[in-house]
Amino acid sequence: MCLAVPGKVVKIDGDRAEVDIGGIRREASLALVADQAVGVGDYVLIHTGYAIAKIDEQEAEAILEAWSQVASADSDA
Amino acid sequence: MLARYRDRGLVRTVAERVAQVTAGSPLRIMHVCGTHEWAITHNGLRELLPRNVEVVAGPGCPVCVTPGGEIDAICGLALSGKAVVTTFGDVLRVPGANRSLAEAKASGADIRVVYGVSDAVRMASEEPERDFVHFSIGFETTAPTAAIEIMRFPPRNFSIFSSHKLIPPAMEYLLRSGAAIDGFICPGHVSTIIGAKAYEGLAKEYSKPMAVAGFEPLDIMLAILSIALQRKRGVAQVYNEYARAVRYLGNELALRAMETVFVAADAEWRGIGKIPGSGLKLREEYSDFDACVKHGMGTVGGGGMPQGCSCGEVLLGSLRPEECPLFGGECRPDRPVGPCMVSLEGTCAIAFKYSGLRGRR
Ligand code: SF4
Repeated sequence: MCLAVPGKVVKIDGDRAEVDIGGIRREASLALVADQAVGVGDYVLIHTGYAIAKIDEQEAEAILEAWSQVASADSDA
Repeated sequence: MLARYRDRGLVRTVAERVAQVTAGSPLRIMHVCGTHEWAITHNGLRELLPRNVEVVAGPGCPVCVTPGGEIDAICGLALSGKAVVTTFGDVLRVPGANRSLAEAKASGADIRVVYGVSDAVRMASEEPERDFVHFSIGFETTAPTAAIEIMRFPPRNFSIFSSHKLIPPAMEYLLRSGAAIDGFICPGHVSTIIGAKAYEGLAKEYSKPMAVAGFEPLDIMLAILSIALQRKRGVAQVYNEYARAVRYLGNELALRAMETVFVAADAEWRGIGKIPGSGLKLREEYSDFDACVKHGMGTVGGGGMPQGCSCGEVLLGSLRPEECPLFGGECRPDRPVGPCMVSLEGTCAIAFKYSGLRGRR
């Protein structure tokens, strides 16, 4: 029920968006992310027809970067 | 973008680090999210962890903790013909004390499955001559969607029955009751709304390391490593591993909508009991959209756990589904006894789905 899936925004019309979820097009409301500057091409997390968060790809990279040393360290981090 | 988060080799490396860092001392981590349970089981993450590290599922399935009394009340309303009931598909087969919504539907009640609350609002505007009640279930991920619809003043023949629940009060309840938990993996989607900040007070007060995690195998393994490292260093913070979707303060717009429409109230968690401040009820200003007021449904309590079902212990992480005497025999997804076997997010349903594929530890 708390399931949310990432979708790519392909079209925006007011606070409605068309999103591509793994090749399937769906409508989603942008009402809950109106302050997150969502644009076409962005990825958002969609829950029961509402985008609830914009996904920041750079953060995904930054986390991997931060952990790459810790994870492979032989001694204590 | 996420390929590396699924890289088995990386996940294994991180699991080995967890083994090094914990060095054989027991570490019991709880998560409170059905999707985390699914990801952990589906990816066989428990098998990668050293034996001293245990990851248990807590009350992370909103459908599973919905009291039987509420299901009965909703069935009663639908059967009376006073209103059309809309709800999520997951809820349909959950047994109440008397019957499930699916059974009520089979007896002729007008109960419709919706994908989201906006579908329910649309149905209500298309059929103005009928009353619609949306059985609104879910944690902080879902509550803002109901809030935003109500703030936009839906048609007057629409109301909701709020069974929404909040995660941090449930975590606090578990910690307060002295449950054997060394740290928490915080739920990723709930956290997109409430932010990593929401857990800081708990981490500090109860000295429990926590990590907000996403749903790829590496996300979860990194969260476990973070918790292990924090414990080793003697700190208890909230590490935000899922920063690609979770902001420190969460989704402020969604939080404001929730705050505008709802107020926290004590709530009954099926199989667990009453947890202070863990539910959401509609504020008085919005009572026109409150099914309890409109249809005089009153307070409907009572957990109503089916006879012999151990869901309560499963939800508290004190019993693995396989340890329930009914698991896989009397209780299976095609004929569930307890709520944890119904929802796709139920710990028992997930365990059943994968029990044949993987050896138990
Ligand atoms: S196996 Fe069935 S009866 Fe046992 S705890 Fe799970 S849902 Fe309840």
